[in-house]
Amino acid sequence: MNFEAFLFYFFSVILVGAAVAMITVRNPVHAALFLVLTFFTSAALWIMLEAEFLGIVLVLVYVGAVMVLFLFVVMMLDINLARMREGFIRFLPVGIVVAVAMVSVMTLVIVRHFHMEAPERAGADYNNTEALGQILYTEYVYPFEIAAVILLVAIVAAIALTLRRRPGTKAIDPAQQVRITRKGRVRMVDMKSEDKS
Amino acid sequence: MISLSHYLVLGAILFSLSIAGIFLNRKNVIILLMSIELMLLAVNMNFVAFSHFSGDLAGQVFVFFILTVAAAEAAIGLAILTLLFRNRQTINVQDLDEMKG
Repeated sequence: MNFEAFLFYFFSVILVGAAVAMITVRNPVHAALFLVLTFFTSAALWIMLEAEFLGIVLVLVYVGAVMVLFLFVVMMLDINLARMREGFIRFLPVGIVVAVAMVSVMTLVIVRHFHMEAPERAGADYNNTEALGQILYTEYVYPFEIAAVILLVAIVAAIALTLRRRPGTKAIDPAQQVRITRKGRVRMVDMKSEDKS
Repeated sequence: MISLSHYLVLGAILFSLSIAGIFLNRKNVIILLMSIELMLLAVNMNFVAFSHFSGDLAGQVFVFFILTVAAAEAAIGLAILTLLFRNRQTINVQDLDEMKG
């Protein structure tokens, strides 16, 4: 067993173990942390596959942004854990049977039909990020812009969904504050001076 | 030597585990969303493996787009989740039967 195979099996075992732990642990915070572990090990495997840019993006975007968002939401919500676990034992056999059946069917197909030997490793001067950028900004520039629009729509949707106006707060609309004139605030009164005695 | 089928079998195992996760945690919306993320990761693993073994960068471009869409999906899903919890004080799938679907 050479070093590459050792690395592959090492990361794969951690990956599968973390995935199993993610779907079985009781606490959602622990589940989110195990999902972070699966993302880390997948990033390592992708870097072994010479997809360095995507491996780093997986760590930065997924672990750094999406999973932190998940953790925020999990900690913000006050969940009744006992009720959430109802039906876990009842559906355990079904889940195991479905998973084992799917794995065996897919493995049967894969092992019989997909035989590709590893290509030569790229040289030390090969730059994955540069190659990906070349193809992304020329051939796939239109999908790239659509992806940008999707992200914009997601931003607008997330803000519009969670925005709320609470009644009864003393906050003042800034537009109204700016629009005020002197006439609305000051009233000049003409009156005679009074005698002091 | 590690061949393509090793990576494909790993992706298959991950995908099945996430389906099992949906079966087991079918009351908790947060875990359901996490299982969907795991499913997308399994698909991405296949894309990257095919891209490497057939020497075509198009697979990695597709992974890039899948990551974008998955991030958008997670953001909107979590926004809906917080809205749901604010209005109903629960995220149990069983309690969400207002539409009688």
